[in-house]
Amino acid sequence: MPTTATAASTITVDGRTVPIGQARNLLEVVRASGVDLPTFCYHSELSVHGACRLCVVDVKGRGVMASCSTPPEAGMEVVTRTEPLRRMRRTSVELLLAAHNPEGPSCDRAAACELQDVARKVGVERVRFKPMGRDLPLDRTSAAVHRDPSKCILCGDCVRMCAEVQGVSALDFAHRGAATTVQPAFGRGLGEVDCVGCGQCARVCPTAALIPAPEIEPAWKLLTAPSTTAVAQIAPAVRVAIGERFGLPAGAETTGRMVAALRRLGFAKVYDTTFTADLTVWEEGAEFVRRLRSSDEGPLPLMTSCCPAWVKWVEQFRPDALPNLSSCRSPQGMFGGLARRLLPKALGIEAKDLAVVSIMPCTAKKAEAAREELRSEGRREIDHVLTTEELARMIDGAGIRLGDLEPEPFDQPFGMKTGAGLLFGASGGVAEAVLRYADAVLGDGSRRDAVWEEVRGPGALRVATATIGGRTIRVGVVSGLRNAGQVLDDVKAGRLALDIIEVMACPGGCVNGAGQPRPARGAVDSRTAAIHRADRCEHRQNSADNEEVGKLYKNTLGEPGSHTSHELLHTTYRPRRRIDDLDLLLTAGEPGGKLLTTVCLGTSCHLRGSQGVLRGLLDAVDAKGWGAQVDVRATFCLEQCASGPNCKIGKEVLTATTVDKAVAEIGAQLAARPQG
Amino acid sequence: MTIATAPASLEALAAGYAQARASITRTVVICAGTGCLSAGALAVRDALVKSIAARGLPVVVELKEEAHDHAPRDSTLVGVSGCQGFCQMGPLVSIEPDGILYQKVVVGDVEEIVAETLVAQRPVARLLHRAGGSTCHGQAEIPFYRRQKRLVLEQCGSLDPEDIRAYIHHDGYLQARRAWTQMSDEAICKEITASGLRGRGGGGFPTGRKWEVARVQPGARKYIVCNADEGDPGAFMNRSVMEGNPHSVLEGMMIAGRAIGAAEGYIYVRAEYPLAVKRVRRAVADAEARGILGDDVFGTGRPFHLHVMEGAGAFVCGEETALLASIEGHRGMPRPKPPFPAISGLWGCPTVINNVETLSSAVLILRMGAAAYRRNGTPGSPGTKTFALTGHVANTGLIEVPFGATLREIVFEIGGGIVEHGKVLGEEGFKAVQIGGPSGGCLTRDHLDLPLDYDSLRSVGAMVGSGGMVVMSRATCMVDVARFFMSFTQVESCGKCVPCREGTRQMLALLDDICEGRGDEGTLALLEDLAWTVQQASLCGLGKTAPNPVLSTLRHFRDEYLAHVRDKRCPARKCKALSPPEIDEVRCKGCGLCIKSCPVGAITGERKQAHHIDPDKCIKCGACVTACKLKAVA
Repeated sequence: MPTTATAASTITVDGRTVPIGQARNLLEVVRASGVDLPTFCYHSELSVHGACRLCVVDVKGRGVMASCSTPPEAGMEVVTRTEPLRRMRRTSVELLLAAHNPEGPSCDRAAACELQDVARKVGVERVRFKPMGRDLPLDRTSAAVHRDPSKCILCGDCVRMCAEVQGVSALDFAHRGAATTVQPAFGRGLGEVDCVGCGQCARVCPTAALIPAPEIEPAWKLLTAPSTTAVAQIAPAVRVAIGERFGLPAGAETTGRMVAALRRLGFAKVYDTTFTADLTVWEEGAEFVRRLRSSDEGPLPLMTSCCPAWVKWVEQFRPDALPNLSSCRSPQGMFGGLARRLLPKALGIEAKDLAVVSIMPCTAKKAEAAREELRSEGRREIDHVLTTEELARMIDGAGIRLGDLEPEPFDQPFGMKTGAGLLFGASGGVAEAVLRYADAVLGDGSRRDAVWEEVRGPGALRVATATIGGRTIRVGVVSGLRNAGQVLDDVKAGRLALDIIEVMACPGGCVNGAGQPRPARGAVDSRTAAIHRADRCEHRQNSADNEEVGKLYKNTLGEPGSHTSHELLHTTYRPRRRIDDLDLLLTAGEPGGKLLTTVCLGTSCHLRGSQGVLRGLLDAVDAKGWGAQVDVRATFCLEQCASGPNCKIGKEVLTATTVDKAVAEIGAQLAARPQG
Repeated sequence: MTIATAPASLEALAAGYAQARASITRTVVICAGTGCLSAGALAVRDALVKSIAARGLPVVVELKEEAHDHAPRDSTLVGVSGCQGFCQMGPLVSIEPDGILYQKVVVGDVEEIVAETLVAQRPVARLLHRAGGSTCHGQAEIPFYRRQKRLVLEQCGSLDPEDIRAYIHHDGYLQARRAWTQMSDEAICKEITASGLRGRGGGGFPTGRKWEVARVQPGARKYIVCNADEGDPGAFMNRSVMEGNPHSVLEGMMIAGRAIGAAEGYIYVRAEYPLAVKRVRRAVADAEARGILGDDVFGTGRPFHLHVMEGAGAFVCGEETALLASIEGHRGMPRPKPPFPAISGLWGCPTVINNVETLSSAVLILRMGAAAYRRNGTPGSPGTKTFALTGHVANTGLIEVPFGATLREIVFEIGGGIVEHGKVLGEEGFKAVQIGGPSGGCLTRDHLDLPLDYDSLRSVGAMVGSGGMVVMSRATCMVDVARFFMSFTQVESCGKCVPCREGTRQMLALLDDICEGRGDEGTLALLEDLAWTVQQASLCGLGKTAPNPVLSTLRHFRDEYLAHVRDKRCPARKCKALSPPEIDEVRCKGCGLCIKSCPVGAITGERKQAHHIDPDKCIKCGACVTACKLKAVA
């Protein structure tokens, strides 16, 4: 039997004694000892996969083992470098290189390819095997993430990230042997399935098989078009990460230099999304207070809506919780609405010549900007969304040396910010900003600038309880959509009582967004610390103190929740089907002229008994001999989840369908048909 | 679903069956294993029933339960059995108590069988097996059977697999009852450990130890899983047991379940075995209906339920962690071990996974006692092993021998020798045996007298495996054999780990190069190097053993590989690109047609003299082969 490891137990790694500590596997012990074994498929936040076989070590008495999947036991003698181990690692990487479709310098990951990096580390000098790369079609269906399956090395990191952290499972393995691929359901595009666009798959992808949907080229076109006036908005989390791409330490302060760089790229005005974050606090704060006072204003807990991946997740997976979602647009969306309304006049240009570009740490913001709900007067309010990484490439591409620039200020009025708005860049920040605001508006002001340690820090779910204005408010903070789903379940089951829930899809919040430069180990924590530091450096720490926001209400919006606010700053949601245009044909009559009947088998309708309706309907079609006149199909969503089971007969959508109701409708429609 | 019944009285069921059989004086058993079925066994059965009835003789096809339904006196029972093993000679019909085994019976033989054997009590000589110049009446006289030791398969060819009473009548479920009502869990594990039983699925891990590990695990929920996802090409041992004696598998699972404290079990049957699936399902339903399986096993008040699950159609699902993932509804991909399933298996619960044959053997061990069981086989590998004997051998079929039997006994006595172009050859025709399927290795003439057991096979780079045994004659190209197995594992790799997914693909490409004349000695070196990495670094057993056929053929038949890469010649003339046509000097009449047909002028020869092909010039287009009217070019 294995010796039970205690905190004081040790093993030897290459002859040196190393404590096991809290390590869950040999790889962690080996890495803690200072030996950085290469891996493709190991991520401490995901389950152990054991597929890349690069972390092999030799354990005395047991032989060669993958260290990631071997529990450490006291007294183990581990060797990480022997000639056979080196040979194995080198051969494995050679095999991957032979199977990989190399694109070379034009590859999205050319400069930061983990495959190249590891190949160098394990000493591949040439590939002895036949090139067997596959030419598979690109998947550009998603506005958030693009797929290039021919670059996939099948490490499965994306699959586990999507399932284990986000609870979405938009990607999984299909086929076997050399034909194995990672793909969305039914081989469809990412944009046609339930992918929420968070991009965490791309964040962990070691190659360019999954990348943020690129928008650099169209952005350049806007910037160089003569008649266009381009303005930029920059999200809080961008400024604490972009420096990493220019050799600065993680969390380095680059705001002013970044603004300067954007002006040099050709942006006429450079604004701060932090401004609309403050505005969000006002609007959402008002919405929250209204809901607190009357349930007619909407249910509690109020759920934040700043994160578009989370919003899409609720639309797809928990349509019953849509009323809990704040109707506020995300800060990016609010900026779009304001810019279209106010900027043409303020800048003295024609509305059609205004181009709005966002710089975001995020891929879901790309998809958000493409939403129907964020279009006005026939065009997108936000023309393009660039990631932090894309901005860094444009700065590089323009030959600008970020480090050499003199800092410049944001343009006003949308450049004014408070520390609270900056906090939006990290998990817990929205909650903290709202708590401060509530204290200023409803409370005694004693904690109007306070740091709420309860909502910071690690842990999947943090809860703060605040008594403000005589009322106890319970605030929940969660990141990672799988965790969020758990919180929703707990709230629904009465295991957890909350008044407001902040959700960010990416673990740790926007600082860890998929649009950020690839972080070195520990960089995300440095970014979060930088956000918190920046908050303390602002001389205003409460969104209520953003004077320009105050002026905006005075001059344009009226008051939070006003009609104009709703027009520019709020949005609507709807249940969204999880897979596009995929119906299953269950009966087939004669071709032509048949009455199409589709029964929804999506989760929500399924729980309401749609399987029974379908079965009953199929039996009835048989019994009545309608086989030649009626097509019965199953579909996955008719987007009316709250009133299921839903069924579509001809052009008629039936809600709360029963077999009798559906049969009657089919009978009526068939009877109404012209004979012959 | 479980039908609530009083705990079964096995004795009452057995007595009822005996009574129902009392009026049967003769049984005609038609083998209904898959081989015989596909050769028309059921049509033979129907014809027999019809023919006997037409003569006004009492015939029954099913033993009724109720006394008033019992057959009339002196009836003939025409029944079916599972695989009787001698598949090559099917359809097989055995007649008792006459001790007759007829082979290759077709419907046209039925009248004669009824008239001669059933009425006139005379054997039909032309339907009997012949060996060594003499006629064999029944199994006892047929060398194929005589040299075997059929323990696991004993009841396969005689019991009606779809009649639970037949199994119970032959002491079925007595050991399960003993295990559940009289033995402690510890005592069962001890007995199995004492028997020295080792896993028959290929790994050879001591079964008793596996059970003991699961037994001592804490936790209320534990599972027993029967791995019946037999996937080796050419192997059908487990299939035959499930088709022929499904209740023995159920009883083994009940014993294992009791030993580890499981209340539930899964039988994961290869979906491509429809008959096995059907019979195992039937067996479970019958055992439930009789109260043997259910919520109150043998009056203990404790439940035991079995589920039958069809495999997901991939070879890798026979790997235990992939199999568990598949039962759980996930993609059948292996996961790293540890944790081992006995500690954390199905849904994280302690789970024992045993192969069909292992579970059937457990019943035998309790029935015979560990000491008596150990008298079979060798000290390190006690008991017997079933093999699917196929390939260039006179008698193919399902066999069972004690461990320690030699290859010579199997190939030349049971198998009846090597067959080449219809002729039976001796040792000179023997080249190799591939044992253990695509995970195994080859044995050569040097190993003919090696006693086969787990350890001796491992020492020569092969393995017992699950029991596939392919005999190869001298006409076989061993490089081609390695390529065949590699193409199998390459397709069946689950695609998870790099060495297996990519390594097997590259190994296959290298073997293609060698077989198609593009290889050199560097190719061989690279192949060996890669094989070593795949073997060392792969995640699961499939990958770790995938290079075995290559490594073992390289070890024993290196000369053949060298002939392929150095001389660009396939000694067995199997690899087309390396086998230029040759002209048979005896047949060639020197007509010159081939000379005219050759596009590169590689053929020379005087008129009316045997011609000759220059292998260096020949482009192996085959034009001369087609042109020759005397079939002298091949």
